[in-house]
Amino acid sequence: MKLQRMNRRALALGALAVSGALALTACGSDDTGTSSGGSSAAAKPGSIKCDDAKGQLLADGSSAQKNAIDAWVKQFTAACQGTQINYKGGGSGAGVTAFTQGQVAFAGSDSALKPDEVTASKKVCSGGQGINLPMVGGPIAVGYNVNGVDNLVLDAATLAKIFNNEITNWNDPQIKKLNPDAKLPDLKIQAFHRSDDSGTTDNFTKYLIDTAKKDWPYDGGKTWQAKGGQSASGSSGVAQQVKQTNGAIGYFELSYAKDGLKTVDLDTGAAQPVKATVDNATKAISEAKVVGTGKDLALQLNYGTKAEGAYPMVLVTYEIVCDKGNKAETLPATKAFLRYIASEEGQKILAEADYAPIPADIISQVRTTVDGLS
Amino acid sequence: MDTSTQITDAPPPAPQPATDKRAARGATRPGDRIFLGLSRGSGILLLVIMAAIAVFLTYRATLAISKDQGNFLTTFEWDTNLVPPNFGIAVLAFGTVISSIIAMVIAVPIAVAIALFLTHYAPRRLRGPIAYVIDLLAAVPSIVYGLWGALVLVPNMTGLFGWLNDYLGWTGIFSWQGGAPRSMLTVGILLAIMILPIITNVSREVFRQVPQMHEEAALALGATRWEVIRMAVLPFGRSGVISASMLGLGRALGETMAVATVLSPSFLIETSLLDPGGGTFAQNIASKFGEATEFGRDALIASGLVLFVITLLVNGAARAIIARRKEYSGANA
Repeated sequence: MKLQRMNRRALALGALAVSGALALTACGSDDTGTSSGGSSAAAKPGSIKCDDAKGQLLADGSSAQKNAIDAWVKQFTAACQGTQINYKGGGSGAGVTAFTQGQVAFAGSDSALKPDEVTASKKVCSGGQGINLPMVGGPIAVGYNVNGVDNLVLDAATLAKIFNNEITNWNDPQIKKLNPDAKLPDLKIQAFHRSDDSGTTDNFTKYLIDTAKKDWPYDGGKTWQAKGGQSASGSSGVAQQVKQTNGAIGYFELSYAKDGLKTVDLDTGAAQPVKATVDNATKAISEAKVVGTGKDLALQLNYGTKAEGAYPMVLVTYEIVCDKGNKAETLPATKAFLRYIASEEGQKILAEADYAPIPADIISQVRTTVDGLS
Repeated sequence: MDTSTQITDAPPPAPQPATDKRAARGATRPGDRIFLGLSRGSGILLLVIMAAIAVFLTYRATLAISKDQGNFLTTFEWDTNLVPPNFGIAVLAFGTVISSIIAMVIAVPIAVAIALFLTHYAPRRLRGPIAYVIDLLAAVPSIVYGLWGALVLVPNMTGLFGWLNDYLGWTGIFSWQGGAPRSMLTVGILLAIMILPIITNVSREVFRQVPQMHEEAALALGATRWEVIRMAVLPFGRSGVISASMLGLGRALGETMAVATVLSPSFLIETSLLDPGGGTFAQNIASKFGEATEFGRDALIASGLVLFVITLLVNGAARAIIARRKEYSGANA
């Protein structure tokens, strides 16, 4: 067994292969490559209040808001020298776990804390508990790839039936009824969902449960529950499969819908079908109600909205911190950073990165809460 | 005459080595004792590490399984976020075993053929380069295989899948409904390519150890080159090839990223190898771990324990086969 027996030439070839592999894997990540970082560099450093923020701030959580956090961190650390913010986009579950174990100053999550998670957070927040602060909104786009179809309108019931394998062909009468002018081919529908647990799945199915309960008889959650269909890992994986496969349809965050991927317009019951855009998503989020108690600002979205130009298939991601009992050494930096991202300036960066800002009346509550953190 | 008298006159040489042997057996020299201690310590350390892994897996697994409302072994579902949680390994065990079997069926004959070609047929000038290329295949990280599989192999499988469906579709296992070819068969083919180098390399070394005398004796009896391989080389190398295959099987069972990239995972057992769906232990752990809660991780660790047990069983079976064939193998000849 001489697997290691390589001479100089083989080593050189191996080095080539490895460096090639590195170059390849660098392209294969979930990077959405938005222009957020560069274009927003014009922010005035003076407008960010650092107070006595310094040291390293650890955070972990939702990968959906990773691009937004990256853009914010770039601005913030440029203004506040001596502060380092390390946000690991390990997923909402990992973020909440890290938070309840006291490993991070704040966590990002696509869904608000569950009651048992709030209980767990009381151990970390001495005298307080974990609260949800909505910071980033975003539309979930449904991308499709059908040759010859450029404008596709679907409603919640049809979407539910497609993803539940009840509608299996593109020339189904129900799709035709919503798209009288489209030339729908006789083609098998290949519905793609996420293979990994995901906040996007959670919010997508929450929308279906709220608006098409009859056709979507599942409990919801981060795990995909319907049987059948095809799956891929990560939003980028789903987007790539949809792009590759004729007859495919799949859901992902809007920022992944690029390079000619077409997205479904939602028939919400409004006069006009609604396109998946940042503005339309903000309109829908503005109908959200705060359902958190005390300082908690967990939102309940109005998925059934029929308002003109409101795109209701949205997700809101939260930053989770302690209302009281944050660690003394990280509190100033946490407060300063959260104050910045909730500020007008911080929220403005979002739209450039295909995220939706949080509506004014909710974000003003967030600002008040951030100021009261202790 | 001279020589014979010399032999009879010479003092009997036997006692000298005998005392040497006894001295060695007593391990009186400090170097021997240190070496004995070191090797014994390493052996014990290995057992302790294995036991520690087993204890850790079992402890975390029992935490999860005790709360599972479904049957851990037969449930076709993996939802650890439900209250109460509902998860089971049926699909994962099926997918892991099936994809590994496909990989072995494809890889072992090809690997043995390459090894025989390299040791018995190839011109000397070709042996080196081919061996390097195979070594390099072993050094490619699995995520690269995954990327290659997703971007090159999967789109190019439609032709093969169509052909299989046309001629073998009636069997049920090769029927295809036109989904993207991200199925168990594609995964098996990719795994076969990944385990090829290790089986080839070990088999080649084993075939190289065949005593020259055996082959020459067979040739002297009038055997053709193929008959030499069949009568002298393969029986001698059999246990070695089985060991090599087990190394490959171990890699196939535990392969993670390549499977996760190529497969279209779902918690359904597809009777057809060509329809997308299925899953493996390692792939499921990799894709669910990121968003998993503390409890979800325990559940994933429970599934890891099952993979651990399957690997132990496979290794045990291989050892049993090798032990049974020991008397026939050339190793004792």
